[in-house]
Amino acid sequence: MTARTMFEKVWSAHEVVQETADTPAVLYIDLHLTHEVTSPQAFSVLRAGGLPVRRLDRTVATLDHSTPTDREQIFGGVPIKLESARKQVEQLERNAAEFGVELIGLRSDKRGIVHIIGPELGLTQPGKTIVCGDSHTSTHGAFGALAFGIGTTEVGHVLATQCLLQRKPRTCAVTVNGRLPAGVTAKDLVLAIIGRMGVSGGTGHVLEYRGEAIRALSMEERMTVCNMSIEAGARAGMVAPDETTYAYLKGRPRVPQGEAWDRALAEWRQLPSDPGAAFDREVVLDASTLEPMITWGTNPGMVAPLSGHIPSSGDDVFRKALDYMGFEPGEPLAGKKVDVVFVGSCTNGRLNDLREVARILRGRRVARGVTMLIVPGSQQVKREAEAEGLDQVFKSAGADWRESGCSMCLGMNGDTVQAGKYSVSTSNRNFEGRQGKGARTLLASPATAAAAAVTGFITDPRELLS
Amino acid sequence: MRKFTTLTAVAAPLVRANVDTDAIIPSREMKAVSKTGLAEGLFAGWRYIEIGGREPNPEFVLNRPGYAGARILLGGENFGCGSSREHAVWALAEYGFRAVIAPSFSPIFYGNCVRNGIVPVKLPAQAIALLAAAVERDPAATPLTVDLVARKVGAPDGQSYDLPIEAEAREMLLEGLDGIDLTLKQRAAIEDFHARDRAERPWIYL
Repeated sequence: MTARTMFEKVWSAHEVVQETADTPAVLYIDLHLTHEVTSPQAFSVLRAGGLPVRRLDRTVATLDHSTPTDREQIFGGVPIKLESARKQVEQLERNAAEFGVELIGLRSDKRGIVHIIGPELGLTQPGKTIVCGDSHTSTHGAFGALAFGIGTTEVGHVLATQCLLQRKPRTCAVTVNGRLPAGVTAKDLVLAIIGRMGVSGGTGHVLEYRGEAIRALSMEERMTVCNMSIEAGARAGMVAPDETTYAYLKGRPRVPQGEAWDRALAEWRQLPSDPGAAFDREVVLDASTLEPMITWGTNPGMVAPLSGHIPSSGDDVFRKALDYMGFEPGEPLAGKKVDVVFVGSCTNGRLNDLREVARILRGRRVARGVTMLIVPGSQQVKREAEAEGLDQVFKSAGADWRESGCSMCLGMNGDTVQAGKYSVSTSNRNFEGRQGKGARTLLASPATAAAAAVTGFITDPRELLS
Repeated sequence: MRKFTTLTAVAAPLVRANVDTDAIIPSREMKAVSKTGLAEGLFAGWRYIEIGGREPNPEFVLNRPGYAGARILLGGENFGCGSSREHAVWALAEYGFRAVIAPSFSPIFYGNCVRNGIVPVKLPAQAIALLAAAVERDPAATPLTVDLVARKVGAPDGQSYDLPIEAEAREMLLEGLDGIDLTLKQRAAIEDFHARDRAERPWIYL
């Protein structure tokens, strides 16, 4: 039998009907995650067509994108102040009740960003096909799942049929040799990968991250890398499951137990790409040469080492980006002033990220004139952080510690950055207006964000850790 | 879904690379739980002067004289990248757009267009530059034609290009087909798959 990639194995195991020249494949979906912003119109389609949700045992809903992060509005009995958010939350509550979909609700201790709670609860498993009406669904690929974002019409399609009509994507190996130097994180790695590939470099492809540096990453770090696959234009990103993956999964609530675990494990061990399996493309990086990275423009591909400079010239898009950011060509990045620091999101809202931030904030204060918002990725992350006393470190430093949600990553819940202000953010997109109209976002790792918070300037976090 | 056969209409050039779905509809404009009420938020960050305001920015293409009634959008590379939000396509559709012409598209956005009666047309950047140049000289007098039946894109000055599109996307747009109906025709195959899978991978079930 010919050597197959992990993607090909997962894809072919889920083909209900194979694709032809004229028709796409009918692909079976193992896990459908839904949230309040991209699902209401899909449930309306079902209602209009008199259709049920086809497989309630493969569908989970939660609330994250537009939910408030202040305690009062979640637990204090105060209604959600933002009307649009309240409507979306109430609509999903109604839809879940009407169709019988499991909802991890607003006050559930399991609630959080959909891409954080999937893995946390063990819903995310190797070899699954996972979709959600959110492009950062690629996060779940860290477990060797084929996971990708879909539009709302497709959300309705999966609810009604448990399948999607899909053309088979191509494959691209992203091989990262060597080891990341101390103080250089998974976020720096994925920003470097996007910088290399460009924001459309992965279009039409599923990426498989592999190599020594990837194997050395924890599951949380692998999730950070896979999360941003879409920022390189890729459909999905995957990492082959290994002992790190199995150790993370074992014992989680929705993971098989006992004999079922053994059966699942035996199957998962067959998933990694066969030796010699051919990829359509390959990109190779050397991790040992990487440094902390930060974006300077209006897409995640406009990125440079923190010790570096903004390019000295570029095209029309480059000039528009610098105009928006208020930067000059050729300027150094270190030392630039910062107004807001946001730590959180499905990219960097996990416990390990908060520990990184605490290492730098411990015994220090957020600089005068800087606002720092720290939003855990889930209520479980929040509890675990508080059990370690991280919340005390954050509060003592003068940072704002909140309830979980997507928050300032996309500013749908009212947590926004003011026009013209510079925000160092651990999230995934620095698009114009993403964090608020006129907001100027610089994407970086949690450590770099924390360093900017305490100095008030773009600062190499390694200077504060030595 | 609304059928698409052929359209001759004013085209608006917004030819810049990586126009993302946050630019097409900022999250602050995604208030709806329906597919309507989004047109006002289309390109809000560029189209209006004030944050959250509605005073038109006269510089923005859709506010310039001659582009009233634009139904075709000329875009740049990687159009519709970023978020999967279908609100971007609903906002374009509600505003009146029926076709987007760009050198390349983000695949999620591309699929969302097809599922909402908007024809995503991939033309070489050079062809788009020529079309945009023709349009900009006199937008109202230079309507473009997108003919999905004949698979052609043309301009009054005689420019004509082949319209490349996948067979299934073309059929869905021409016939106004619903993907759910198409897929449910395979119900027996899906149920067979499900039964087999349930025996082989029982742990998959929640």
